[in-house]
Parts: sequence; C-alpha cells; structure tokens
Amino acid sequence: MKRAAAVARVADAVDARGAECLTVVCNGMIGRELYTHADAPSRFYMIGSMGLASSIGLGLALVQPSRTVVVFDGDGNVLMNLGTLASVAAAAPPNFYHVVFDNAAHGSTGGQRTISDRVPLDAVARAAGYRSVVRAGAEDALATALTTFFDAPAPAMLVVDVERGNQPGIGRVEPSPLELTSRFRTRATLKTRSA
Amino acid sequence: MASPSRHFLDLLEQHGYNFFTGVPCSLFDGVTRILDAEPRYGYISAVREDSAMGLAAGAYLGGRQPVVLMQNSGLGVSVNALVSLHQIYDIPALLVISWRGEGGPGGDDAPEHIIMGDVMRPFLDLLRIPFAVFEPSTLAADVERLTRTMHETHKPVALVVGKGRLQS
Repeated sequence: MKRAAAVARVADAVDARGAECLTVVCNGMIGRELYTHADAPSRFYMIGSMGLASSIGLGLALVQPSRTVVVFDGDGNVLMNLGTLASVAAAAPPNFYHVVFDNAAHGSTGGQRTISDRVPLDAVARAAGYRSVVRAGAEDALATALTTFFDAPAPAMLVVDVERGNQPGIGRVEPSPLELTSRFRTRATLKTRSA
Repeated sequence: MASPSRHFLDLLEQHGYNFFTGVPCSLFDGVTRILDAEPRYGYISAVREDSAMGLAAGAYLGGRQPVVLMQNSGLGVSVNALVSLHQIYDIPALLVISWRGEGGPGGDDAPEHIIMGDVMRPFLDLLRIPFAVFEPSTLAADVERLTRTMHETHKPVALVVGKGRLQS
C-alpha cells in the first residue's frame, strides 16, 4: 500500500470520530500527505524537531484527558526517539493513539534504509507496555484494524506497513508554524461536548 | 521556614506555571524530590531533555504553562527542539537549567561538565534565549521578568541554577 493512501485512510477514520480528536503529525512526507489529503485546525504539523511527535502527543494527552490524541509517526521518527515509547507506556494515558507508517526508510531524505525491518516497532511498543498493539500489512488489513483501533485500550499503537517512495508533486504544509500553533491550541483547549 | 526548593516551586506556581517535566540534576535535587513525591504536580520524568521539551510543547498546546528542568548537558541535547520547534512555533517554556562546570577549566567540577559550563552563557545568548542566573536576593524579580518576557515573546526563557541553590 502506498503511504499517502494509508495516511488518507487513517485520517478519514480519525475524522469520522469528530471534533474531540486532536492529531499531532511528525515532520516529513507524512505531514505533507496528510495536509494534502485533508487539512483541519485539529492537526498540528511538525516541520522540524524530528522524533518529537510522540513526546508532543504525550504532553497533550496528559493535559487534555477528555480528548483523543492521535500521533501520526514514521519509523525513522520513532527510532530517533525510541525512549519516549517507554515514557508513553509508563505514563499510560488512556487517550493516546500512536499510528506509525513504516516503510523501513527515511522517505523525506531519499529513501535511505532505517532499521525497522530488523527491529519491529510493534514488538518494541508491546515490550515497553503499550496496552494495545496491532500491525497492518495490507489495505484490507488496515481497513479491518481501523474498525476497532480507536476503541482499543490505550496507549495503543497501530503500525502500518507501507511502500517506499513519495508521491511526485506533493504539496507542502501551507500555514506558517505560528498559524499552526495558534489554530491548534485554540482547538485543543476548546470545551467540546462531553464524550 | 520552607526549604529553598519549596519556596521556588511556590514562586513558579504563583506565576502560573502548571506543567512540570524534565531530567534530574543533583544541583536541583530538592525540587525534583518534591515534584516526584507530590502527585498534584503531575511531574513527568522524561527520558531525555529534548523529549521533555516535546512534552512541554504538547502541554502548552493543551493550555498549560510549562517548566522544563534539565542539567546543562541536556541543553545540548535540546538544541534542535528549541530552534526547530519552540522558537519557530512560538511555544513558550521556562527552562530551569543547572550550571555544572560553572568554574570552567579552572573550576573543580567533573571533566565532562567543564566545556559546557564554560560556554553556557554565550551559548544561551547565541540561541537567543533570555536568561537569569539564580540568585536568592533577586529571584522573585527575575522570575517575574523572565515570565513577562516569555508571555510577550511566546518563546522559551531560562533560569540558570548554580551549586548550592536548590539542593534542599
């Protein structure tokens, strides 16, 4: 499955859950693909600080316990901040959903290999203590996983196997970092309907 | 009388700080002990200082006013988070940074701290992080000033803590 298609499927599943969801997206192509598919003020796109999407998502999940926090991540990003899988498991926020698009490559810098083909990130998350971990290797498996994933006990991780390669001509995230902070913080601190 | 660390935490709370994370240092051991012992602070002991910066960013986006405690060795670890997250996204935080190696090459601290201890002040200047050095007689005014700057700029500010200030 192409990564852009997988990103779109997961985004649609998140959006179907409504305004209570907040999404933090790692730097690189995944954010650009998500932005191009469907932008929303409830999405915080990182353009730098590789590795820290999980840390940002964890901080957010802890202070906004009534919201569902979804982190869109990549294998290179997770490997760069592997210790934070332990922080997530130790803090155990029940509203933290971690989706990792895994192509065993640094997609944004030219597809150089990572080591996630030899160190399965789902096994690492399980060993760290994530309460639910699922891996989806194909489009139908992803569709099936998405029917239950966001209701599974959290912290939860969904690893989606995706092909290497980038969509030619994919756009960049257009709002400035300041605009992204402002609109996301407004959305994140809104009182939503009680779940 | 309250310990210096208790007094310091009370002062931070009076200025609106309400999210605490970081990595310990012996130089502010008194503060971390209180944070660890009292669940009301919700202190998150981070695995690395840049991860702590990320946690603080998430907390800010969720409406909090964060403090990140770190040894100055962790300032090096945090540089990319500071310059490619907090400073470009306007995400404020108060950094409480211990000053290991304060005496530089002529001092008596362990070798691994000497260079960072020596360059820390120009390094903070280079990173455009406003800071004050912890001094009990000016602490209240310094925290007030740093917090005002942080609110005006929406960027991180730092309080540098030397030996003997917050160890009890």
